[in-house]
Amino acid sequence: MSSNKKYWKSVEELNENSSIVETLKQNEFVEEIPTDEFLGDKETLEETSTTRRDFLKYVGFSTAAASLAACEGPVKKSIPYVVQPTEIIPGVANYYATTIADGFDFASVLVKTREGRPIKIENNTLAATNGSANARVNASVLGLYDSLRIQGPRKGEASISWDTFNSETTEKLENIAAANKDIVLLTQTFASPSTSKLISEFKEKYGNVRHVAYDAVSESAALDAYQAKYGERGLANYDFSKALTIVSVGADFLGDWQGGGFDSGYSKNRVPDHGKMSRHVQFESNMSLTGANADKRVPLTPTQQKLALAKLYSLVVKKNVTVNGLPEKVEVAIKKAASQLLKAGSNGVVVTGIQDVNAQTVALEINEALSSKAFDPNTPIKTRQGSDKAVAGLIADMKAGKVGAIIMSGVNPMYTLSNASEFEEGLKKTRLSIAFSMKVDETSSKAQYIAAAPHYLESWGDVEFKKGHYALTQPTIRPLFDTKQFQDVLLKWTGNNVSYNDYIKDAWGTDILGGSSFNKALHDGVYVGAIATETVETTEETSADNSTEESTETTPLGNAARDLAASAKSKGLELTLYTKVGMGDGQQANNPWLQEFPDPITRVSWDNYLTISKADADEKGLVNKHVANGALNGSYANVTVNGVTITAPVMIQPGQAKGSVGLALGYGKTLGLKTEMQTGVNAYELYQGFNTVQTVTIEPAAGEHEFASVQLHNTLMGRGDIIKETTLEIFNTKDKKHWNAVPTVSLNHEPVPVTSPEVDLWDEFDRSIGHHFNLSIDLNACTGCGACVIACHAENNVPVVGKTEVRRSRDMHWLRIDRYYSSEESFEGDNTKKDDISGLGSSLSEFGEMENASENPQVAFQPVMCQHCNHAPCETVCPVAATSHGRQGQNHMAYNRCVGTRYCANNCPYKVRRFNWFLYNGNDEFDYHMNDDLGRMVLNPDVVVRSRGVMEKCSMCIQMTQKTILDAKRDGRKVGKDEFQTACSAACSSGAMAFGDINDKESKVAKLLEDNRMYHLLEHVGTKPNVQYQTKVRNTTEA
Amino acid sequence: MEKVIHRKLGKNILHLGLIILLAFTTSLSAQEGDPAKGKALFNANCAACHQLDKKMTGPALRHVEQRLSDDQGLDRDWIYAWIRNSSGVIKSGDAYANKIYNEYGGAAMTAFPQLSDDDLNNILAYTAEEKAAPVAAVASAESATTTSNEGGISNELILGALAILFILLAVGLYIVNKTLRRFALAQNIELPEATQRTPLWKAFVKNQFLMLVTAIFFLLASAYFAFGYFMQIGVDQGYEPVQPIHYSHRIHAGDNGIDCKYCHSSARVSKTSGIPSLNVCMNCHKSIYEVAPETLAEGKAIGVDYNAEIQKLYTAAGWDDAEQKYTGNSQPVKWVRIHNLPDFVYFNHSQHVSVAGVECQTCHGPVEEMEVMYQHAPLTMGWCIECHRTTNVNVKDNAYYTKIHEELSKKYGVDKLTAAQMGGLECGKCHY
Repeated sequence: MSSNKKYWKSVEELNENSSIVETLKQNEFVEEIPTDEFLGDKETLEETSTTRRDFLKYVGFSTAAASLAACEGPVKKSIPYVVQPTEIIPGVANYYATTIADGFDFASVLVKTREGRPIKIENNTLAATNGSANARVNASVLGLYDSLRIQGPRKGEASISWDTFNSETTEKLENIAAANKDIVLLTQTFASPSTSKLISEFKEKYGNVRHVAYDAVSESAALDAYQAKYGERGLANYDFSKALTIVSVGADFLGDWQGGGFDSGYSKNRVPDHGKMSRHVQFESNMSLTGANADKRVPLTPTQQKLALAKLYSLVVKKNVTVNGLPEKVEVAIKKAASQLLKAGSNGVVVTGIQDVNAQTVALEINEALSSKAFDPNTPIKTRQGSDKAVAGLIADMKAGKVGAIIMSGVNPMYTLSNASEFEEGLKKTRLSIAFSMKVDETSSKAQYIAAAPHYLESWGDVEFKKGHYALTQPTIRPLFDTKQFQDVLLKWTGNNVSYNDYIKDAWGTDILGGSSFNKALHDGVYVGAIATETVETTEETSADNSTEESTETTPLGNAARDLAASAKSKGLELTLYTKVGMGDGQQANNPWLQEFPDPITRVSWDNYLTISKADADEKGLVNKHVANGALNGSYANVTVNGVTITAPVMIQPGQAKGSVGLALGYGKTLGLKTEMQTGVNAYELYQGFNTVQTVTIEPAAGEHEFASVQLHNTLMGRGDIIKETTLEIFNTKDKKHWNAVPTVSLNHEPVPVTSPEVDLWDEFDRSIGHHFNLSIDLNACTGCGACVIACHAENNVPVVGKTEVRRSRDMHWLRIDRYYSSEESFEGDNTKKDDISGLGSSLSEFGEMENASENPQVAFQPVMCQHCNHAPCETVCPVAATSHGRQGQNHMAYNRCVGTRYCANNCPYKVRRFNWFLYNGNDEFDYHMNDDLGRMVLNPDVVVRSRGVMEKCSMCIQMTQKTILDAKRDGRKVGKDEFQTACSAACSSGAMAFGDINDKESKVAKLLEDNRMYHLLEHVGTKPNVQYQTKVRNTTEA
Repeated sequence: MEKVIHRKLGKNILHLGLIILLAFTTSLSAQEGDPAKGKALFNANCAACHQLDKKMTGPALRHVEQRLSDDQGLDRDWIYAWIRNSSGVIKSGDAYANKIYNEYGGAAMTAFPQLSDDDLNNILAYTAEEKAAPVAAVASAESATTTSNEGGISNELILGALAILFILLAVGLYIVNKTLRRFALAQNIELPEATQRTPLWKAFVKNQFLMLVTAIFFLLASAYFAFGYFMQIGVDQGYEPVQPIHYSHRIHAGDNGIDCKYCHSSARVSKTSGIPSLNVCMNCHKSIYEVAPETLAEGKAIGVDYNAEIQKLYTAAGWDDAEQKYTGNSQPVKWVRIHNLPDFVYFNHSQHVSVAGVECQTCHGPVEEMEVMYQHAPLTMGWCIECHRTTNVNVKDNAYYTKIHEELSKKYGVDKLTAAQMGGLECGKCHY
């Protein structure tokens, strides 16, 4: 069944005659080595004055000189501690629980430190409820070693001391307070109980103090709706593990919707268990990560989404709301979704990402009507607290000259505000402006004082994720630079001489812990207390703006839906601004790991772009095309919103709703980052009125943009059967061989399964003794979030190669997440269409139709790394035996033995081997973290940094398995159940990746090996991989 | 024989003799006391905090009784009371007791109620002795060096004499030969002329087979030596760099018998053995501020002043020996690294030290005899592999190995498994 489906990674592959796809299939290394470039052509060779004899002399001399120089080894120094801290043993890693809270990402994490250096972020398994480390959080450790960090406080351009800073600013603040002018604290969402307390103390001291929380990507509408309904400013908390029917209208809840962190709960019900799994219907305009994971995805423009939500409301809650103007097909889809919701009852949940108070209210009302178990109104999420109105009011006040002092922390309004120029104007009228910042960025460069702020790994802090769920931030390294955190300076300003550390301890002791141990909370990183009753300080800031919402509250049920339907009026092409999994709000734009991280959907790295549907692109004359080496080029388009125009490259996105376009925020930064990282365009300029949906006009612009897209890289030689997929119905009713058959080969004219020994070219090695490692990847649980990709980078010292090299298919990712589209919405449709094809003429037109069906393709994600084949094709072709097999199932790679013939890569059916074209850690052309002393501190000392001319690949984290074994040996015990981990499996919070020893029959992975859904990639090749995949099952049940 | 002066350790007998001699000559304010017994008691009870001539945790104690009676007018009874229960004396409000208590940072002296009057008299007798001049020790050390030198000279002498003898013999033979010829000439005896034969080298050149064989031999030999030469590039066996502080493993690990893992403690749990941090050195060297005279002399013989090396340690650790406190100005020591494995090799000390129970000396050689540390083993891959092939895995009492050992020994039909049989030769075990 599954093998009949047609999968494609790029629209280009649907073109039967594409020579590029053919070339890519045939060549592992598409680009010819430019020998002419360094050998020169005949003419230059003849012109040269060096004779053959001279040349030989030079060669001889330099060889002799080099070998002489090599005879004397360099003198290496070893410098031990003078006083060794008791908790540090050189060579042994320490782990600290801490919390990231940068205003956009909030997560409880474990930090791995070696010799005092934080080198990796891992999930804090104690804090499963608080959101896990996503790709950005995993990458955040590199931000600590950013060479462009500001190294001390500044006044304008000049460096000053903290003493000067404190005395000058305190004096000015006192003067401003005396003059009865406003002092404004414009900060990120801290969600920090102790900071709130501190700010109220600051208010007491200075009087006219206003605290404005500002989220770069606002969730204000959802906050307002929740506040109006439940009286507390927070975001509705959903636990998708309790939902069996999920209907999402424009909510990218596997991405950054309402702060993110919902994916692990979502994945729990995505794996069929006893014949049951959740059903997920998604209505959206951009192709989001969530839409890609949905069982049914309906592309709708933002206006249609509003109508759809209102319609859904009318069908589920049965209020008399009339909704007109939806296409019939969509109406049918909504009706089906509604009936499924009603059938599911309290097991259903509806979420929406429409930034509109009415829409958010409607979603809350539907969930209440369903009495949804997944929706918990008692523990609102606290990690977004910004108010659009308060920010708008502040800018107006600043322009009017009412504000005496502005103190900013964790925000970059000059970059993230669409009306940045107005803010700048206001800033000039402010007597004192202070920016706490790690960089000289767009905002801090305009402020009078820059207070050098520490990285979160150097700071203290606390966070209330959701009501009653607390977490602590602790420093994992002494501050690298002369920095002070916002709270410490606040304490100084309030005349308090305690450190923020003591302040937190004190605040927790009195307000939060209720007698429990602070040290225990600090050790665990998290603390779940009794649900607090007192409201948080920020609410009073926004309470002034609540008048409008109160009216909403008093209106009878159904009005919100009616208003929503009425407000849905399309005025043309609609732009939806979104945040990418790899970049978020753009705080970490100077992070090369994140820049090189390919977007899960488009597979494009180092860019943002205007996503547009094929139909709209054709209409506007916008194109995407692949050049000879498979790299992607796209047209430019001028995108205009209310007179503001930016020129962005165009990416034709299958599944983009017609009449809508998308553009990612977080790119186009120009200050505080290296030139290489200054990528993309700043979409915040179009983020007017904090509205993610804007009406736009699009004009083609001159020029062609070069994308660094990896979607056509590493095509598996045209071999099919990559993804196995089936429906829940078939999965439940039919035999395994029907939907997950083992491929057969003919032996004596009898079909024999490829797994049987008699059809094998190799003799089997007995692996039943000792450990035998397997990695299992569940295609149902994998959301494609990419946390594993970054974790792999951090663990294995994978180099960053830069945009031009990625374009040349030379990306070094050991682990890639392939994204496959399949054309038909349903299997049946796909299959009947394919079966009906007769003859070439017909096939061309039919496949052509399938291409048109790329309007709304189904998506599947498949992480692919070295498959560690027991019968590995790479091992047999290595002329120097640099790659060989271990008895524990790992395919070893001895880098020092490799001479770089690249035969192995050519012979690998999975295309997972990566060649070091350059010395990425010693070449100024690659100005990324491996090329500066600070950035090198993040390298894992247990894994060698590979040199130029060497093949590398996934090692199945042999350094981690070896460590686990050694720990057990040293303790004289057996290795515990599921104790083995790899970087990717440890980073996977959705449970898609399971790693372990299949000789331990109790282990999870041994059980998964026996699962009916288990298959191996390209099983018919007979490589016997040690990576298993679990067939993807889609819940296509239509009610 | 090396010794360091330790407050708990005795001095050598010669020194002791001198002291006894001096003890009789000095005025004995400490009547009835036996300084020899007193010394033993002092070392057993007091030396952890007191030194005769040097301020330590407590004050210097030479002539303490005289000093107290002269300066403070305190008698021996006061001393008895103080030693047996110092906190009691302090509590009683005694002025001097409180002064001393505060001067030494408010740390009360341990009470010694078990010491009898005789014991205390003995100790006081010992403290009343004059300081001995360390002349004898130096002299004895010098004599030691001369004797050792004598042995060397005698060997050379014998060889020289033999050489002269051979030369004389050769000359004699030549002269005899010459004289005999002259006799023959004088008596007209005709000596048979040697027939002109083809020279050996010409015959050799003419014999092509021999030439071929020789050429092949030379080529093979030169290839062998060239290979040998190139293979030792990058092999630093015997590397013995000069270190910033002359640290003698011979004294510490050899003579004093300190366990390797006392200082290199992380070898038990970590991949690195760890160069000890200076606070580990200071655990002992806070009280060992100089070496015994013989040791010092031995050092002088090889051009090293051990006491100066200890001073270097103090400078590095920021220890003010006179004030007995840390100044905070530390200068980390930049040791020259001797054992360098390339980055692409993963080696874990704890695997070998804790799990396998391999002696440090197996790889690092006779460290306890090394005055200056050098690289004993070649640290080449062949050397590692050789050991993995021949060494049996230490599976005793280790639950990790129980199952795998049983299965593997059945598979290979052996009783004991080598590291290689356990998979210790796989590339990926050390290269990742």
